[in-house]
Amino acid sequence: MSLFKGQPFEWIVAMRFLSEGKVQTSFIIGGISIGVAVIIFMSALLSGLQSNFVKRVLTGQAHIQILPPKEVVRALQDFEHNTLEGATMQAPLQRIKSIDQWQSVAHDVMNFDEVVSVSPAATGAALVTRGNATQAVSITGMVPEIYYNIIPLPEKIVQGNAFVTHEDIVIGTELADNMGLTIGDKIRLSAANGTNITLTVRGIFDLGNKGANTRNAYVSLRTAQSILGMIGAASVLDVTVKDVYEAEIVARKIAQLTHLDVESWIKTNEQFFIAVGAQTTANSAIRFFVALSVGFGIASVLVVSVVQRSSNIGILRAMGVTRGQILRVFLLQGGVLGFAGAWVGALMGGMALMAWEHFEKNPDGSVMFTLNFEPRMFVMAIVLATLTGLLAAVAPALRAARLDPVVAIRG
Amino acid sequence: MQQEEFILELDGIKKTFNVGEPNEAEVLHGIHMTLKRGEFCAIVGPSGSGKSTLLNIVGLLDRPTQGSLRIVGQETVQLEDAALTRLRGHTIGFVFQYHHLINAFTALENVMMPMLADRGFPSEDIQQQAQYLLDSVGLTPWLNSPAARLSGGQQQRVAIARALAMKPALILADEPTGNLDTQSARIVFDLLRNISTKQGMSVLFVTHNELLAKNCDRTLEVIDGMIK
Repeated sequence: MSLFKGQPFEWIVAMRFLSEGKVQTSFIIGGISIGVAVIIFMSALLSGLQSNFVKRVLTGQAHIQILPPKEVVRALQDFEHNTLEGATMQAPLQRIKSIDQWQSVAHDVMNFDEVVSVSPAATGAALVTRGNATQAVSITGMVPEIYYNIIPLPEKIVQGNAFVTHEDIVIGTELADNMGLTIGDKIRLSAANGTNITLTVRGIFDLGNKGANTRNAYVSLRTAQSILGMIGAASVLDVTVKDVYEAEIVARKIAQLTHLDVESWIKTNEQFFIAVGAQTTANSAIRFFVALSVGFGIASVLVVSVVQRSSNIGILRAMGVTRGQILRVFLLQGGVLGFAGAWVGALMGGMALMAWEHFEKNPDGSVMFTLNFEPRMFVMAIVLATLTGLLAAVAPALRAARLDPVVAIRG
Repeated sequence: MQQEEFILELDGIKKTFNVGEPNEAEVLHGIHMTLKRGEFCAIVGPSGSGKSTLLNIVGLLDRPTQGSLRIVGQETVQLEDAALTRLRGHTIGFVFQYHHLINAFTALENVMMPMLADRGFPSEDIQQQAQYLLDSVGLTPWLNSPAARLSGGQQQRVAIARALAMKPALILADEPTGNLDTQSARIVFDLLRNISTKQGMSVLFVTHNELLAKNCDRTLEVIDGMIK
């Protein structure tokens, strides 16, 4: 059996040098592993956190909302003298308005490749009355089969169900508590225009927000249209898109087509995106400095190795080994250290993430939030650590290749 | 004919260290010498006389400041580092006072190294050649012993086998018996002598041992950077 079967000279020497200094090699691989594990853990945690935030934000909100244009005032004009009459203009009151030809607009918007669904809704304010108790609510009238594709209300139901008919209403847990309501109870809904209607509580939801659980109520589109006095109308079109992060671009396209007011969730949650951006920057900085410390760790170990092995390098040069071969021997060592450390680190990071998911729970025992186990992240970490190892090895490798053989042999 | 006759031709070789600095020192003051194919030549002289510097220059590990150095008929002074390395690898074998084996490898692997470095990849014939060389220096039972576990004499014999791996025309032995006891020194010397005779390799043998020097074909004495 032949020795070193199929392995190139540089690989053989590099591997032996690494395996000879087992303790040194183990320590540096340990250091690299911890660095890689930190990067993987942090990235998955922050990515999971961001996805969770986005999911939570979009649980109670459409990706895009199409609204009728706001009413504006125009100054009274004297056409005879071509002058403006009014010196002061007052902002107009915004009435609940319908989107003109909303069926046609919904059809046009659905034709966008990026759009998944369009849901018409009629929204407005009303009073809930039960006995002597009264509370103001914001009602949303919708078609459950379409609307729940956009807002997953059924997932938030804690009692009853979310599938309302024209005689039903779905309310929040806080409103139910305040009014002493439960499934099957009747409540009276009154609009500002004097219309009253009696509805049955079909379901109670918990959106995870006390305010939202107090103020929001959902009824069928037909019910909302009749109570708000806007028969056959829709005051808003809620839109879902394929890529939530493309919502602003799609919103602009829709605005251009329809000349209506179009708002994406990105625009309405600007502060959230600033926070996400800051978090991403902080994460990148942490990753950069961890990678830097890994790089310096590898470089320092290899510099020591060059010094320790100077007589070996000298004798190799004396027996005809070229500077290029010596360079490759040390570059390989850096690359192998990075690669091995990355694999162990990926394993450690994966285990840490699993442990986190297992031990960090919500008070109700559910998972705090789902972490992102993206294979791409592991591959990237391994590639980056290997490249860091190679880069970190450049200086020691050059030093080794440039050693004067006479001085090196002398030690 | 002359190029084939002489393995080594030195003409006016000078070596100055720290050129242009206050501590500038000329160590070799114009060495003229030749070495015939198969010749076993001893170099003697006191410590600091320039023997090792001369050997480093002849071994293409260092460059002369002035003069001409021809190895197997090829002028080397103007050669680039890569060409010098190639010529050194194919033409010269080194045996130093300290064996300089690589402890990460076994005796067999150490002897395979020059051939591996030259060809890039291992092969069956490289291993067989290394086994043959170790057998010829009497180390067959220790083929797979780690270099660090061999005795001083055994390590020096592995170093000789390694020096012979590329079948060089010239062996440079810089006090190879300096660290050995009398018996081991004799074994190493006889080994080199036999190889030189059998394989027609030229040997430059630096030594302080007068007895060994007397057993060489010729003895050159280096004193104060000159051959007397």
